[in-house]
Amino acid sequence: MLRKTFETEIQQIKDDVLMLGSMVEQSLLDSVEALKKRDIKASERISQFDGEINKKRFEIETQLMILIATQQPMAHDLRLLASSMEIISELERMGDYAKGIAKINIRMGDQPLLKPLIDIPRMAQKGADMLHRSLTSFVNEDIETAKQLPMEDDEIDALYNQIYRELMTFVIQDPTNIERANWLLWVAHNLERFADRVTNICERTVFIATGEMTEIKSTNDDFWKNQ
Amino acid sequence: MQNTQIPEYAIETKNIFIFYGAFPAVSEVNLKIEKQKITAIIGPSGCGKSTLLRAFNRMNDFVPSSYLTGKILLHGQNLYGKNIDPVEVRRKIGMVFQKPNPFPKSIYENISWGAKINGFKGNMDELVEQSLRDAALWGEVKDKLKKSAYELSGGQQQRLCIARAIAIQPDIILMDEPASALDPISTLRIEELMQELKKNYTIIIVTHNMQQAARVSDYTAMMMLEKDGSRSGTVIEYSETKRIFTNPKDRRTEDYVTGRFG
Repeated sequence: MLRKTFETEIQQIKDDVLMLGSMVEQSLLDSVEALKKRDIKASERISQFDGEINKKRFEIETQLMILIATQQPMAHDLRLLASSMEIISELERMGDYAKGIAKINIRMGDQPLLKPLIDIPRMAQKGADMLHRSLTSFVNEDIETAKQLPMEDDEIDALYNQIYRELMTFVIQDPTNIERANWLLWVAHNLERFADRVTNICERTVFIATGEMTEIKSTNDDFWKNQ
Repeated sequence: MQNTQIPEYAIETKNIFIFYGAFPAVSEVNLKIEKQKITAIIGPSGCGKSTLLRAFNRMNDFVPSSYLTGKILLHGQNLYGKNIDPVEVRRKIGMVFQKPNPFPKSIYENISWGAKINGFKGNMDELVEQSLRDAALWGEVKDKLKKSAYELSGGQQQRLCIARAIAIQPDIILMDEPASALDPISTLRIEELMQELKKNYTIIIVTHNMQQAARVSDYTAMMMLEKDGSRSGTVIEYSETKRIFTNPKDRRTEDYVTGRFG
């Protein structure tokens, strides 16, 4: 097999993308856990950790640039490297959502949660799980999983819907709840966006494997229309 | 409704086999070369790229044991037909070689010579100037047209050879590794020049340099030996260059363009 060095470097890129992904995944789960426990110290750590995520993303980006400049990748290699560039930028933004949740917890100060968190941790768990599997399918170029995962986004949307309605009920009952309800709604919104970006990762995986750039639509894309 | 418009090609090969003695060096090639485009022929050494290229202007005629079956059509006329004069074919289809090969004459004569023997009756000074301009060489040589072509640098000599080829106004220009003996800057000049030339000419280029094929060509033909142990090459994939280098259909093309063939 020719190009052994290049193969090794490509493998290193994949490992690094997985590493970045697991940093983001952990950050998301921790951010919701900290919110649940109202642990502001933990949220501050998570917020700072976002800097590490960004740093890792730039490291990978630099490495990708070097490979593109020095190895002149073609065909499948080119699609893989170009798509990795996209994926790390998705991951970095997903990290920002985790940071956003940490910031909300910090800004809530000593106010108690409006209600005990049930669906929000579920959304986070589901989102983190989808991210994890999307990156596994990226590394293995598992098109089946990549095409099927975005369908699971419906579950996220359903939870979001549920949280939205529930919080609205609190607001209607007592309009002074509006600020605390709003905070939680933002948390849920971040989680919903987080899961949306999993779909983008999956689209890249399909592109790497097939060369076809297609938009994968979940069945329930019309969330706002249903309101 | 079916699209009934027939695309017009610059040149077309119909099921050609090119033999050296008993064995075919190139088998079963069917190519339709688009007009005013650059078509690259790529593939590993010994797969018949140059043999195929040379078939287009009957340069293989100089190899005694060589012959071709099938047809190569230029404006619907078979270049290997009975009453075809190979010299006339080479006038219509010019060639630029790997190493610049100017005549041991002045820069001016290098251009005028071919035109003269082809019976050119117009203003020779104008023709020389125009050809040198079209080959992006005029500015560098206009004050030393009487000097020997050998005084030029390698890159300039190669552009002189291109000027010489276009002076007789061919339909097609064949280029066999035209930049492989040149430094990177001269190479880029030739590549830029090719983009200018394709406004008026159809170019077919053989290159070992895949990045060059990717940079300059519109279409790419991938050649390879038919199978392991075979001595005969053929075109295994022919498509738009952007397709060949981003998402080729044939596994062997993929392996070759990603550098995993060998």
